[in-house]
Amino acid sequence: MSSSIESLVNKEYAYGFVTDIESDTIPAGLSEETIRLISAKKEEPAWLLEWRLKAYRRWLTMTEPHWPNVTYAPIDYQAQTYYSAPKSVKPLQSLDEVDPELLRTYEKLGISLTEQKRLSGVAVDAIFDSVSVGTTMKEELKKAGVIFCSFGEAVREHPELVQRYLGSVVPYSDNFFAALNSAVFSDGSFVYVPKGVKCPLELSTYFRINAADTGQFERTLIVADEGASVSYLEGCTAPKRATNQLHAAVVEIVALDDATVKYSTVQNWYAGDKDGVGGIYNFVTKRGKALTRAKISWTQVETGSAITWKYPSVILQGDDAVGEFYSVAVVNNRQQADTGTKMIHIGRNTKSTIISKGISAGQGQNSYRGQVKVLPKAEGARNYTQCDSMLIGNKCGAHTFPYIEVANNSATLEHEASTSKIGEDQIFYCKARGLNAEHAISLIVAGFCKEVFKELPMEFALEAQQLLGISLEGSVG
Amino acid sequence: MPTTSYADQFAAALAAGEGPAWLPALRERAFARFHALGFPTTRDEDWHFTSVTPIAERTFKAIRPAATTLTLADLEAHLLDPDWHRLVFVNGRLEPALSTFAGLPAEVQVSTLSEALREQPEWVQKHLGTLAAFDTAAFTALNTAFMQDGVVVRVPKGEVVEVALHILHVTDAQAQGAAIHPRLLVVAEPLAQLTLVESHVAVGAPSYLVNAVAEISVANGARVDHYKLQRESAEAYHVGTVQVTQGRDSIYHSFSFAEGAALSRTNVYTKLAGTGSEARLNGLYVLDGAQHADHQTFVEHLAEACASRELYKGILDGESHGVFNGKVYVDPVAQRTDGKQTNKALILSEKARVDTKPQLEIFADDVKCTHGATVGRLEQLPLFYLKSRGIGAENARALLTYAFAAEVLETIEVDALRVTLEKAIFERFTHHRMD
Repeated sequence: MSSSIESLVNKEYAYGFVTDIESDTIPAGLSEETIRLISAKKEEPAWLLEWRLKAYRRWLTMTEPHWPNVTYAPIDYQAQTYYSAPKSVKPLQSLDEVDPELLRTYEKLGISLTEQKRLSGVAVDAIFDSVSVGTTMKEELKKAGVIFCSFGEAVREHPELVQRYLGSVVPYSDNFFAALNSAVFSDGSFVYVPKGVKCPLELSTYFRINAADTGQFERTLIVADEGASVSYLEGCTAPKRATNQLHAAVVEIVALDDATVKYSTVQNWYAGDKDGVGGIYNFVTKRGKALTRAKISWTQVETGSAITWKYPSVILQGDDAVGEFYSVAVVNNRQQADTGTKMIHIGRNTKSTIISKGISAGQGQNSYRGQVKVLPKAEGARNYTQCDSMLIGNKCGAHTFPYIEVANNSATLEHEASTSKIGEDQIFYCKARGLNAEHAISLIVAGFCKEVFKELPMEFALEAQQLLGISLEGSVG
Repeated sequence: MPTTSYADQFAAALAAGEGPAWLPALRERAFARFHALGFPTTRDEDWHFTSVTPIAERTFKAIRPAATTLTLADLEAHLLDPDWHRLVFVNGRLEPALSTFAGLPAEVQVSTLSEALREQPEWVQKHLGTLAAFDTAAFTALNTAFMQDGVVVRVPKGEVVEVALHILHVTDAQAQGAAIHPRLLVVAEPLAQLTLVESHVAVGAPSYLVNAVAEISVANGARVDHYKLQRESAEAYHVGTVQVTQGRDSIYHSFSFAEGAALSRTNVYTKLAGTGSEARLNGLYVLDGAQHADHQTFVEHLAEACASRELYKGILDGESHGVFNGKVYVDPVAQRTDGKQTNKALILSEKARVDTKPQLEIFADDVKCTHGATVGRLEQLPLFYLKSRGIGAENARALLTYAFAAEVLETIEVDALRVTLEKAIFERFTHHRMD
């Protein structure tokens, strides 16, 4: 059993290629000048530059937090490059004008823009390094009144919407990495779904870090107006490099009354090699605000990154708001993940569900950290939390740090957690039925994660299941 | 937080102190550590939900208690079972007239700390301060610096103490504004067995600080049952730390009951250091008014095939605030660990608050660890059932509240104690006498 599982867990990172493409990269380092330069390159209005500078000044006063259960060498913020764009990206009339080299990259990643467009009816906004390279299916969305474009374009075309909602859920002063992102973010996606509109397509963004020593600081803002609904997918990859690259993104979701937003992530940044050299530091702030009867649902499959540190959260501000968090986090080799969620119950009869599945293999360290907070006015609030961990091998770790804070007696909270080893008897049973160990493990792991996978849109669910198989290859010893 | 206010007291205590030469050095190290750490603040992760400002902003005075005028009759309600071996401390001072432990087997040594320091200083040195580390624990450092007297228990190899040993700490008006630092050292040698009841009670309603530290060593095959009752005065502050280390196939069973004090913090830490050892940590806290009670448990699985079981329950009324922080750590070598932790809180009033943080840190793969936590009010369905059987709403609530507590009270294996607590809880919530 051990050798086959070992080979299963140790499969190579398939997305580690580098695309040879000319980029417009600014010199490394961070100062007010850098920010002015980024802002100028993006031809931004004065208010946005001002906001960036405020964020930068605040960032200077903040210290990097070290409470997560992860260890890494200090980050030199002056050695990072804060803006890198494929050179040929300038104004695009249609997808045909996109650099064919770039399109081939996406094909390698399996997200051929044209294919996706034709077959799955998914609109894709692809972000290559820091700049959005093309958004598909724009016309279809336009008919429904949905705005789905790069952040830069949104600033130009819909400044009033951006100005109104930018920082309304994650203020620039929120935390160290959010402040850094607010100062230097280069692009991202923007979604606005107008009142009462059900977005006709699944929206999707693909992030890719290509250039070396580049930090990626994208910013996503999703606004679902009253009664609107939208489902948004996000995927990420990066080339293999021996240095660590910083990815500090911010995602803000605003769900106005009766709106529904579903946000799914398959995160497969380069995780470093088996000795922990290289890989992405994925330090992300994701938060949504749900007003009356609104619903925000986060689903994440985290298989990549050297270090993952993120807590997609929901502020349940309106009465009857609903928040959900479904997560699968896999660590193998020397990966570390400290991830979970926060559910802040403010409104009456607010409900939240947390399902977290952690899988640790190799020498990976996996922590679930979550907070469920019920404020005094949150009459009838309800939370159900389940976090299960599975250990594969005896050098990995699984940790659980839930914080449950209840200040209203009509609230009902349930929290369950379990940690166990992958079942020898289950493997034996599968083998007795003619499956080899590799298949047995992927079957057991898929079963373990089923509750989360069923929340993913179909094509993503399949991808996630495959990814999981890949990241666990060779993990059982 | 200011700690300098205790410097003069410390100098005086050190000058007046007796005992072997190593003791002042230990005290000085501890006080220096306390001074360096300061009182914990809510920025400390372990004290995130409990502010000790009411303790830190006052200077509790040192106390040299006079012989008490209290009689056994005054303490009758707190004796629990008159047949138990009993050591009674009033304001930190042993009262031989109220104590009775001559009936203990001759081989079992029970003495005050000062006696033990006189008679077998080397043995005490070998154990005292070795389990209760004070590098990061300010209150333990403070206790070590100031510990006046306490109890030393040594149960020799294979000795089984059939009748419980009751250590009763009584505080009365004499201790108003004072700090008392009781210390307990228990060494159960291989295959020994001991049942220990540790009560903290008050006569009247004085305001004081009890800062207790217990070190318990449970050797191979030994068993210690440790019941701690915290029934301090409503104006008092109580900080108690129990640190246990366990050998192979040993059992440590702890039950912590808390209903007193304005602000209390109870730490129960055990190290499962020998293969096949078992820890059972249970507790019940019952709060009302503006009381604040914080319970912290830490089970370290450091050897193979150990088991830990935890059940903590809280009942909160008024504007009280309950905190539970249970941590289970599984070392890479601790394969075949079986850990289970449950924490439930029942909130009776609108303004009561609960913060709970059950933690698992697991570094071994062949383990089975679970934890569960619930917070809420009484379930509607059982209430409805009782009402449909003709039981009024108020009685139904009282019965269910009692039943909630009874689940954990049932784990008490000492009959006299279980009956006493069941009766106390029943009468508290049903307002009926239980006879």
